[in-house]
Amino acid sequence: MTTLQFKNVYVKSENVIVGKLEKEGPLGSYFDDYTCDPYLNQPSFEQAEIEMNRLCVDKCLKKGKAETVDLIYAGDLINQLCTHYLASELKAPFVGLYGACSNSALTIGHAAMAVEHLHMKHVLAFTSSHTQAAERQFRYPNEYGVQKKECSTSTVTASGAVLLSNEFSDLKVTSFTIGSVVDWQFSDVNDMGKAMAPAAYQTIMTHFEDLGRTFDDYDLIVSGDLGKIGYAMLSEMIEKARFQLENKLNDCGIMIYDINHQDVFCGGSGCGCSMAVLLGKLFKDLRSKKMKRILLVATGSLHNVFLTQQKLSIPSVAHAICIERS
Amino acid sequence: MNQKELHEISSRHQVNDHKARKALIAFISAGMLAVSGQLLNDWLMIYFSKENAGILTILFFIFIAAILTGMGIYDKLAKYAGAGLFIPITGFSNALSSSALECKREGLIYGIGSNMFKLAGSVITYGIVSAIIFSLITYWVRML
Amino acid sequence: MTYLYGFLFCGGCALAGQMIYDNTKLTPGHITSLFVVIGSLLECLNVYDFLIRICGIGATLPILSFGHSLTHASLSAAQNEGWIGILTGLFDKTASGISFAIFMAFWVAIFFKAHD
Repeated sequence: MTTLQFKNVYVKSENVIVGKLEKEGPLGSYFDDYTCDPYLNQPSFEQAEIEMNRLCVDKCLKKGKAETVDLIYAGDLINQLCTHYLASELKAPFVGLYGACSNSALTIGHAAMAVEHLHMKHVLAFTSSHTQAAERQFRYPNEYGVQKKECSTSTVTASGAVLLSNEFSDLKVTSFTIGSVVDWQFSDVNDMGKAMAPAAYQTIMTHFEDLGRTFDDYDLIVSGDLGKIGYAMLSEMIEKARFQLENKLNDCGIMIYDINHQDVFCGGSGCGCSMAVLLGKLFKDLRSKKMKRILLVATGSLHNVFLTQQKLSIPSVAHAICIERS
Repeated sequence: MNQKELHEISSRHQVNDHKARKALIAFISAGMLAVSGQLLNDWLMIYFSKENAGILTILFFIFIAAILTGMGIYDKLAKYAGAGLFIPITGFSNALSSSALECKREGLIYGIGSNMFKLAGSVITYGIVSAIIFSLITYWVRML
Repeated sequence: MTYLYGFLFCGGCALAGQMIYDNTKLTPGHITSLFVVIGSLLECLNVYDFLIRICGIGATLPILSFGHSLTHASLSAAQNEGWIGILTGLFDKTASGISFAIFMAFWVAIFFKAHD
């Protein structure tokens, strides 16, 4: 049983900051704030990411009218997590998590566990990703003239923070499925969608099995950042398992950008991607009664740059959280 | 779900790579670079010796590539031209300056100094290793 | 004719590079290193000087010429000074290109800032 169920975990407030390209995308109007400057008046991209988190967390706490938080879960893509640099200012017990792009569901899920089982009042979860910082971390220098492969995805510049609490509100987190890491010998780092699709499939199936649900019980199931190819692959796998999709499956990486007109190859990726779409778009859809219950399956490709160069394949993971209107 | 089945599904989902278009653009852009280099070289020959004019032309391309890298234009051009810009010497210059620029904040020594050769270092390494090996062999053959 | 041959040779090298890049998993780093070795080999087979004669700048511009000039310089030094010339003469011809590229990279890093 890898699915945990929660009875009184509510969403108190949330905030999203995105970059310029995301603001220009189809979901642009859903996000709270945006920044056109990738540096955010900081000297480097990594420090810009810290600053973006700082702004986002401050505003989220202000919206939730919470003076103090009891526990914080956070994560990002930079080595040794750049959120640690922000943590010292927040003056609360802090846990840094790494699940690559699955950080969004991972942090929210853990925060929900803390509210439900540790009986904490306010628990904060936040994640971020920054295009240029991630590019530098995982690929090439930003100014290096390399033609990206068509199957690659572009990292989303976004930071999202959500404050969970045990006080009643309109949205609640009801279950969290912790995924297991799978490795099906996909080794192309330019094509992470394919490596992550089996992980997403497995987590969705585990979630359905544990709770005895099917697609009929959800208004929408979104995968984290599979991109165009990974999404097509996931749809085919699910249809093979004899489930009716009925337009109930989508992908955050495809939703956040206009992949036909924006220069993003197969779609968006990074932990900011699923976090921004969940907090920006899906929460608003839930509140406006367009939807009742959704499932976010955040996928992450857990590759290490050195080990990939040593020709090892990409391990990947997917965690799922279910959010409902209460 | 087994591995064979998964890889079979994955092989069915491919993006359109536009390989022919990319190859054509690379061919034309590198060709145009050579023609403009030759034009510059012919003009420089009026003022310099043949050998120096050749060297100056190469230096001119290195200069332009480095400046364009700094201005953030080179990577946007390379997105279209692909190999048309990394096979000519401009790619070498771009690899050096982009790595140096990226690590600027880590300081003069560990940032710019040591990271400059992160990408272009392999070209220098294999250039020297192969040059020494092949020269030794050629030298030995000619001695016989 | 130099213009046409130069266009064809330089373009052809880029075409080959692009084909390798699109159809294999090799990165630009692999491809440029491979081309340098090929350039060095062509010089040993006495082909490259002929290419430069007919293609002009078109033959000195691709990264192959880096391998060529290293080998060419060390071979011609070896002819005058014996085997030690292979090491002492190695950088005779490429020194200007490498030093200038490093020099430019340094100043670019000092004066500019990475864009998006």
